[in-house]
Amino acid sequence: MTVKELSDRFDVQVVAGEKGLNRTIDGGYCGDLLSDVMANAPQRCIWLTVQGHQNVVAIAVLKEMAAIVLTSGYKPDPETVEKAGVEGIPILAWKGSAYDLVGLIHAAGVRNSDG
Amino acid sequence: MLEHFKADLHIHTCLSPCTEWEMSPKKIVERSLKKDLDIIAICDHNSVENAGAAIRSVKSNPLCVIPGMEICSKEEVHVLALFGELEQALVMQQHVYSHLPGQNEAKVFGYQIIADENDEVLGESSRLLIGATELGLQEIVTKARSLGGVTIASHVDRPAFGIIGKLGFIPDDLRIDGVEISYRIPLKTARDSIPGIKDFPCVTSSDAHHPDDIGRAWTSFLLAAPTVEEIRLALKGEKGRKVEI
Repeated sequence: MTVKELSDRFDVQVVAGEKGLNRTIDGGYCGDLLSDVMANAPQRCIWLTVQGHQNVVAIAVLKEMAAIVLTSGYKPDPETVEKAGVEGIPILAWKGSAYDLVGLIHAAGVRNSDG
Repeated sequence: MLEHFKADLHIHTCLSPCTEWEMSPKKIVERSLKKDLDIIAICDHNSVENAGAAIRSVKSNPLCVIPGMEICSKEEVHVLALFGELEQALVMQQHVYSHLPGQNEAKVFGYQIIADENDEVLGESSRLLIGATELGLQEIVTKARSLGGVTIASHVDRPAFGIIGKLGFIPDDLRIDGVEISYRIPLKTARDSIPGIKDFPCVTSSDAHHPDDIGRAWTSFLLAAPTVEEIRLALKGEKGRKVEI
């Protein structure tokens, strides 16, 4: 599934990094402690977090992530939006809890290779 | 002439909900004198309301008390803001208070006691001091700097509320003056054990929540006088001032 397909299918709003919408999602990760995400998120995953600080973009680049989803209605900082645009990392916004969106994505067949 | 000063720059009073009355401003000053500290900073969570009492309770004793606070950013990173004058700290506090949602539940989080220099209880803070502000880390550092304050990222070796644990790394554009290593790690080995602190100046302090904690870690500064401005110079390593490791 691409980020664009996910956004359309589950009505997840794109708020930044539109040029990366064709990235393919290979798995997923949830976390707000960025040191943990850096250490443990799989490459090319979609990452669900409430952390809107600009460091999320750097971590997404490092992990070649497909996209970042800010859950529970959290908003990215202005610098985060700007960096996501430069790097082409899509940032999506989901008003509900991460739990519900994970359920949808997982049921649609997006799994981690070791999961 | 430059002299050595023994500084513990992170002490909580009974205003922080995670402490008890044994950490009244007066008792902290007495204990700090017993521990031969030259400089202490009063850094309660998101508040400076007990710092004035600590400053006044020093009287003629040779102890410098710095008004400060440990501010929790919206990213849930803790940062110490230290000020030369109480007035500057109070302006910062006003800014923090206007971005600090919630009410304390004393039975759940603990009591937040405001006391004077004679150990009289003046009242309780009803704000949710243990909570996170709505201020971004960058915004907090910029505001504190504009008021003449020194900012130090708290306990960077800790996953809970430490900047590296929370944000993965220290953003290049964040103009903090230094980082605090918790008492758990010797200052001498901090750069080896915490690569994420890069070239940031390091201090260590007690983060005292109990009287016995005071002075369990402290930083030796070479300064001309025990002031925040001198500490800023020492962190930069300018004019001969320095942190002695």
